[in-house]
Amino acid sequence: MTISLIPSADSFRGIKKSIIGKKEVVRGTSLVKRGFAHMQKHGVIMDVTNVEQAHIAEEAGAVAVMVLDKLPFDVRKAGGVARTASVKVIEQVLDSISIPIMAKCRIGHASEALILQEVGVDMIDESEVLTPADEERHIWKWDYTTPFVNGAKNLGEALRRIEEGAAMIRTKGEPGTGNVAEAVTHIQSVNGDIRKIRSVYEDEDLQELIRVGREFRTSFELVKETGRLGRLPVVNFAAGGVSTPADAALLMNLGCDGIFVGSGVFIAEDPLERAKAIVLATTYFDDPKIVMEAQKMVDERKSMLGLDTKNLDLKMQERGPSV
Amino acid sequence: MSYEINIGILALQGDIEENIVATRDAMSSLSLNAYTSPVRYQKELESVDGLIIPGGESTVIGNLLTLKSGIRTTLQKRLIQGMPAMGTCAGMIVMAKKAYDSVVGKMNQPLLGVLDIVVERNSFGRQNESFEANLPIDGFEGEDFRGVFIRAPSATKVGTNVKILGRFAEKVVAVQQGNIIGTSFHPELSGDLRFHKLLVALIMRSRKE
Repeated sequence: MTISLIPSADSFRGIKKSIIGKKEVVRGTSLVKRGFAHMQKHGVIMDVTNVEQAHIAEEAGAVAVMVLDKLPFDVRKAGGVARTASVKVIEQVLDSISIPIMAKCRIGHASEALILQEVGVDMIDESEVLTPADEERHIWKWDYTTPFVNGAKNLGEALRRIEEGAAMIRTKGEPGTGNVAEAVTHIQSVNGDIRKIRSVYEDEDLQELIRVGREFRTSFELVKETGRLGRLPVVNFAAGGVSTPADAALLMNLGCDGIFVGSGVFIAEDPLERAKAIVLATTYFDDPKIVMEAQKMVDERKSMLGLDTKNLDLKMQERGPSV
Repeated sequence: MSYEINIGILALQGDIEENIVATRDAMSSLSLNAYTSPVRYQKELESVDGLIIPGGESTVIGNLLTLKSGIRTTLQKRLIQGMPAMGTCAGMIVMAKKAYDSVVGKMNQPLLGVLDIVVERNSFGRQNESFEANLPIDGFEGEDFRGVFIRAPSATKVGTNVKILGRFAEKVVAVQQGNIIGTSFHPELSGDLRFHKLLVALIMRSRKE
């Protein structure tokens, strides 16, 4: 197997079996859900709020779009409760573009997630950008046929979300700020802890591996698999504050599998060119010459101004259940 | 160290590492000494003996092929000259003559046009319809192949020089035209190396010629 399937579920409600032409067909398996995330790798997933933006994203080379009611920057401005996007808008986007379409639901809001699954989105983001609906627990994602992506600011969070059935992880970062500092902190924290687990695994120190599992409040099985792989068992993207091609290259160089861009593209004054440039810099992240060419495609005077992450009224990364 | 063959994985977007691992596994099970590496530049394309275009998003891979000058023309030229290649899912779409989407319809996406098929994208539906199933593949002995179909395309029209290797639910899902193999599903994800071994066999044969 080229992709990890630990932990895996065979008996949960998300798995659907049927017969086509005397052959058994299985949907919603870990392989099919995580496999979808693997197809997004090295790509850029862009936040959009309407069909026009979805078209621009597709044209620019987005690997998928994330439909939401307001961009994270506007969520901050508006205040109030941020909920899942209008079903009608999601349907319009589904009918308009050929690339995968994701949408966000509130943390713990199983009913919004079921609605998104019925609408037929390709992936659900249980997201701290929206106002959490449950402060105690996240959605039990094994019960869905649609794959989920979850945010994480450290390895423990990432592994706990995988344990609940997430098929993909992204850093939380600090969405809507235009500032990558928090995303950088989160990926470095994850990387540092993976290095620790890897060395414990290589030492075959079972006792320490069990202790680490308890420290991260996750299963021994999952910690062991992380040690064996030397990386997260699922695809891991960067998210939160990406605004420029250089930002994307920075995060790819830190070992992210791909990039989410939220407000960075459509709050800026040059969305199409900027989106294209971020795609180019994500593919050639380790080639300074091409990253420079990509950076040249954008005008810093057109970047979103951004916010200082130290003095925010709302820290999205800190919302939701702590376990 | 010298290698017998050099297999490239087009590394613009998609499941690149998974194809590298599957190719390496195929080579070691054949006891061949091969170099397998990601390919993003024209120079690298010129020196490979065979190429895999991985799964991913065909619009993205196609766009990136045209963004950096030289890659697309070199790739097209080498494929026309008979370089062995395999496209899995998005890779098959990128090599096709024509593609349209099952919902949106006509697509205006860059294609290489070297594989004489018309592809319907998202032919089995969206992600919730993605599935695993066993299917027989023409020329493969033993068990059926485990097909992992993720928002999979199918070939709705097939040229006279194209051999159909596999069908599922009456749709064409695996084809071969000379040294080019195309699959709707992802052999790199199923743990079954027979498609990657078939590509290696094509490379070994074309080097003898």
